[in-house]
Amino acid sequence: MNLTDRNWLWLAAACYLTGFALGTVALLQGRRHSRAAMLITLAAGYAFQCFGLYVRGLAVKGCPLGNTFEIFQFTAWSAASLYLVIGPTFRLSLLGYFTAMLSAVLTLVSLAFPAWDQPYKSGVFGGNPWIEFHAAIALFSYGVFALLALTSGMFLLRNYSLKSKRVGGWFSFLPSIRDLDHISVRLLIAGVTLLTAALAVGAVYWLPHPETVNTAKLLTTVSVWLAYTVALALRWRSVLPARRLAWACLGLFAAALLSLAPVNASRNPTPPRAAASTP
Amino acid sequence: MSGQPTLFVLGASHRTAPLALREKLALTPEKAAALHARMGPAAGLRELAVLNTCNRLEFYGVAASAEVVVQLEREYCALQDLAVAEFAAARRHAAGSDAIAHLLSVAAGLDSQMVGENEIFGQVKDAYADAQARGGAGPVLHRVFQKVFQHAKHVRTHTAVAEGQVSIAGVAVGLALSIYGKLEGVRVLLLGTGDIGEKTARAFQSRGAGPLTVANRTAERAMALAAELGASALPWELVASRLADHDIVVGSTSAPHAVVSSAQAAAAMRARPGQPLFFIDLALPRDIEPETAKLENVFLYNLDDLAKIAEENRVAREAEVGQARAIVAEKAAQLWRQIEPRLTADRSGAPPPAAR
Repeated sequence: MNLTDRNWLWLAAACYLTGFALGTVALLQGRRHSRAAMLITLAAGYAFQCFGLYVRGLAVKGCPLGNTFEIFQFTAWSAASLYLVIGPTFRLSLLGYFTAMLSAVLTLVSLAFPAWDQPYKSGVFGGNPWIEFHAAIALFSYGVFALLALTSGMFLLRNYSLKSKRVGGWFSFLPSIRDLDHISVRLLIAGVTLLTAALAVGAVYWLPHPETVNTAKLLTTVSVWLAYTVALALRWRSVLPARRLAWACLGLFAAALLSLAPVNASRNPTPPRAAASTP
Repeated sequence: MSGQPTLFVLGASHRTAPLALREKLALTPEKAAALHARMGPAAGLRELAVLNTCNRLEFYGVAASAEVVVQLEREYCALQDLAVAEFAAARRHAAGSDAIAHLLSVAAGLDSQMVGENEIFGQVKDAYADAQARGGAGPVLHRVFQKVFQHAKHVRTHTAVAEGQVSIAGVAVGLALSIYGKLEGVRVLLLGTGDIGEKTARAFQSRGAGPLTVANRTAERAMALAAELGASALPWELVASRLADHDIVVGSTSAPHAVVSSAQAAAAMRARPGQPLFFIDLALPRDIEPETAKLENVFLYNLDDLAKIAEENRVAREAEVGQARAIVAEKAAQLWRQIEPRLTADRSGAPPPAAR
């Protein structure tokens, strides 16, 4: 079987979508979804996505983070990886379901828009492993923020259900307010730490070569980092209540995602890669 | 009347007997022992278990013939000073797979006043343990009860018949779990010494919440209830200033006006930033000002709110009864196919078939 990277990524999307569909059916039937089935579909999607990104990585001779398509795929991959690590540990009901939904949306949307998968020259990071590392952990932090957006959304739903006194139906499967708040704060700390590390690693290379820095990309990344850091500081000092933090995290993630396309577009034009997709 | 050995259930419950009759049905341990002595194997009653709760009195047994069941009914009525006709008007008698289906319905909580309640399962277990202790449980009842326990668990886990709380205290505990996740270390303040407040406080304690503090206008009553609950008492005048030290506040005073204002609640929230506060107002008139619900991170539920949720859960449970009864019918028929040869073998003197 000779599957292309996009074939593998379609398979991954199908697995995530299956997990989402299984969860939706269970919720519509008023029962809890099978944790094992969710874990299996997410793990299968994750494995297929690993293959797909690996094949693509071989083609571009580096970490595949060169266009919007790859950035969406990598963000979905990061969110799924994190869920596979923290999901079984924290046993937050419905987190698997929402992760499957997010990963399915990110992978399917990116696959549905071929224009996002613009060819670029291989070795986009100039063969420098530190820049590649910087890009990978920066994108991984986006995965953390994606999961944070999910737990924030779940927090807002739980808060709404308790405030409006609608606690039956599928609201009853949501984790507690306090558990969601705790996991959100931990994810926020993890995301800010990763993004700080990514910026620090990038700064080591770019400070001596400021002419190579893409200003739009730098400004956007620093703005995202600053916004999340301020949110964390305000939460730390109890200035930002849990509900407002949840709204902030949702808004920030949406803004971060929306900023990816213009940042990508603002890069200097590069000669096209021979083939975006491996045979 | 048949000469066949029979597995039977005989008795009455809240579904068939009014309260006045149910009061006369309850067997004291002494009378139960006397009945066992009168109706032993010599009288043709090979096995017998008695389920004796506030809502039902039921005999489950294996009799040599249907006449023995009639004799049991007479002996029981004589022991209870009850007219046979009065008992017969309310009694339920079933045999074979119907008897098994009834026991399974009872154990799964389908026949309870509050559908899906769990207490009956323990009571059926107690009845079985009591029959074992008296030597009343033989090979047939052993098999029937053990399989019924297994199937009752299946019914409860494969349908939503036992989901959601249906009592006020249970709903309050469920809500607290939705806020705090687990109740260990969650501090509870009970305002007033009303009965419903006390029950709710006990429900919280049974789920590990604590420490518990009791405050009442009459300090002696607060101290008495605190001693009974293993809690501490708080002088009434300190309630407002100590609100922030608690995670759950249960109001059940008989005060003619609110005893916690939204301003006091707001001050408490400022003193405990980032932590939710759950008010449960069980008092009429209400103890907690309704505006308190508008505060960030504050969750306020009054008696009507809790009753509404309990009713919704009850309706949801009732909706599952059909599916649960289908499982009961299937499992009862399956079990009866295993039990029937045992009864026949028992009659012919042959050893019972090995348990499958």
